[in-house]
Amino acid sequence: MVKSELIARLAELNPHLYQRDIERIVATIFEEISAALARRDRVELRGFGAFSVKRRAARTARNPRTGAAVQVKAKHVPFFKTGKELRLALNAETPAGNAS
Amino acid sequence: MTGKTVTRVQLSEAVYQEMGLSRNESADLVELVLSEIGKSLVGGETVKISSFGSFYVREKGQRIGRNPKTGEEVPILPRRVLVFRPSHVLKDRINGVSIDSASTDGSSAAADS
Repeated sequence: MVKSELIARLAELNPHLYQRDIERIVATIFEEISAALARRDRVELRGFGAFSVKRRAARTARNPRTGAAVQVKAKHVPFFKTGKELRLALNAETPAGNAS
Repeated sequence: MTGKTVTRVQLSEAVYQEMGLSRNESADLVELVLSEIGKSLVGGETVKISSFGSFYVREKGQRIGRNPKTGEEVPILPRRVLVFRPSHVLKDRINGVSIDSASTDGSSAAADS
C-alpha cells in the first residue's frame, strides 16, 4: 500500500471529508513525525510503535569495489520499534509456515 | 533539549490546527491513519509513505536461542517482525542535509541509492 492508496481507503471511511482534506491530514501527521525526528525527539505511538533517532559513530569503512578505506562521519539514523499490540497482531494469525 | 516525546496528542493537535476540525475528530483521524497502516501490515502488505519511509513485514524462521541467564537452549519459533526502512529524504533531514547543499562527500555516499 502506498500513500495514495492509504488516502483512498481513509476517504472511503470518511465520506464527509474531501479527498484533498484527507491528503492534508496524512501529510500533517507524517510531517509532524518527521519534524520531531529532525529535532531528534522521540515519537511514541502506543500500540503502533515508537520512532527514535540513534547515533551512529564515525567509522572507517571500505569501498567494496576498490578496497580503499573511506572515513564515514558520525550520523543519526531514524529507528522504529514496533509496539506491543501491533507485534502481537502480526503474529496472531496462523503463521505462513502452516500448510494451507 | 533531547528527551522530548511526541505522542498522539501532538499529532492530533497538529491536525486540529491544520484542518480546523474538532479536536475529537482530529484525534479519531490520527487513530484511523495508524490503524489502517497496522491493518495493512497485519495482512502482510508493505506500506510505503513517500519521503518518509516504508514498513514491511519480514518472516523470521525458527532458530535456536539461549536463555542468557541460565544458558539453556530454547527454540525461537518462526514469527513475523515489522521493519521500518526510512527514506533518504527523512535520513537527510535528520542529519541536517538540505537538498541543494549536498557536500562533496555527502553526495558520493548517497550516489548508489
